[in-house]
Amino acid sequence: MERKFDEELKELSGMLVKMGSLAQTMIHKSVKALTDRDTAMLREVYGLEESVNAMHVEIDDFCLKLLALRQPQAGDLRMITGAIKINTDLERLGDQAVNIAQRTESLLERPVIKPLVDIPRESTIAQKMVSDSLDAFIRKDVKLAEDVLTRDDTIDDINNQIFRELLTYMMSDHTTIPTAIDLIFVSKNLERIADHATNIAEDVIFMVIGKDIRHHMAIK
Amino acid sequence: MAKKLVIEHLNAWFGAVQAIKDITIDIEENGVTAVIGPSGCGKTTFVRCLNRIHEVVDSARVSGRVMLDGIDIYSKTSDPVLVRRRIGMVFQKPNPFPTMSIFENVAAGLKLNGIKKKDRIADTVEQSLKNAALWDEVKDKLFKPATTLSGGQQQRLCIARTIAIEPEIVLMDEPASALDPISTARIEELIQQIKERYTIVIVTHNMQQAARVSDYTGFFLLGELIEFNRTSDIFTNPIDKRTEDYITGRFG
Repeated sequence: MERKFDEELKELSGMLVKMGSLAQTMIHKSVKALTDRDTAMLREVYGLEESVNAMHVEIDDFCLKLLALRQPQAGDLRMITGAIKINTDLERLGDQAVNIAQRTESLLERPVIKPLVDIPRESTIAQKMVSDSLDAFIRKDVKLAEDVLTRDDTIDDINNQIFRELLTYMMSDHTTIPTAIDLIFVSKNLERIADHATNIAEDVIFMVIGKDIRHHMAIK
Repeated sequence: MAKKLVIEHLNAWFGAVQAIKDITIDIEENGVTAVIGPSGCGKTTFVRCLNRIHEVVDSARVSGRVMLDGIDIYSKTSDPVLVRRRIGMVFQKPNPFPTMSIFENVAAGLKLNGIKKKDRIADTVEQSLKNAALWDEVKDKLFKPATTLSGGQQQRLCIARTIAIEPEIVLMDEPASALDPISTARIEELIQQIKERYTIVIVTHNMQQAARVSDYTGFFLLGELIEFNRTSDIFTNPIDKRTEDYITGRFG
């Protein structure tokens, strides 16, 4: 039996997908601004942040109404509590993109110290994790969500590697320090983006099969 | 927790029609067990089998075992009257004795059980009414007819009457379905308070009520027990799809 409530849950799902795509665009543009040294693109990132923030409030408000008025149970309940958590992660994704944009602004004022290799690689993996976690949400795909979780270690490794490499630059030439620090922060932002994708994937698994696997809790 | 009732392969019929099929379930002592399911699923018949009230209907029949503290209430030596004294029941519609006063309603079971001392009866009536959260509302009119009370008060009176004879188990068959929300809330609060002393089995149509008051929930469908689990599990992550569909309002 199709319920009126199902339409509302679809609407909620649609809102999250829309917000997710805005956050993805922000990440994409902030990294592209850095790699292409394109200042104009930064303004687009800041513009999108307002839309993401507005949706953040709107989605929480909608979830609160559904909890109060529909008193959901079982899968419906997991869907809404999961949506509240994913909503927070999406908003943070937007924040991370803004942080990358701010670091990029400062980076673009100075000459490059090295060609960017690992940051674009880290960015590609992190963005794929975000898009796959959102696909897993749309398709209720537990396998894909689990696959996202396995990629988090790669991101951590790249982030460490970037840090070590930039440390050698800073030790050999102190004039590289401001640029190197900005790049270390960008790498850290990308690492956090992957963490949020991981959170979303974990929430998807909980929504679909009701198992909490966060903090390495074993699947019961 | 200890198992107060152990129900094994319980079947019940009305004539040729089988109302419940092969139910096996344990009822925890001092817990609240809710029985939910759509109309006609056998939930009322199930609880009526637990104190041998099912068999008072002509053509009704039961098979299987219901062990109360390890002894089968359906054994040949078991006396249904004694069973019903240990396992009391509150019905859907408040049914106070219409010709009796509030006081007499609560005292009736005591007198039937041979208690004659007036002081003791008066003490028990007062205590039972207090335990049923009704005392403050009726203490000044104990000798008025029970029928002068509101529906919610009458139902609490019936609960007082049931617990006055100190049963070990209280079966409640949709005890709040005929009551307004405030009276319902009082009954639910009461269930939480008295479960320390009694084991409660409650049949309810209202899933939110099962979620609010019970520790364990059994979902019945077409006479079968589909799923039995902790209430918190049933309402967050049911195992059977039919349970999920029912509690999320997709049928029933």
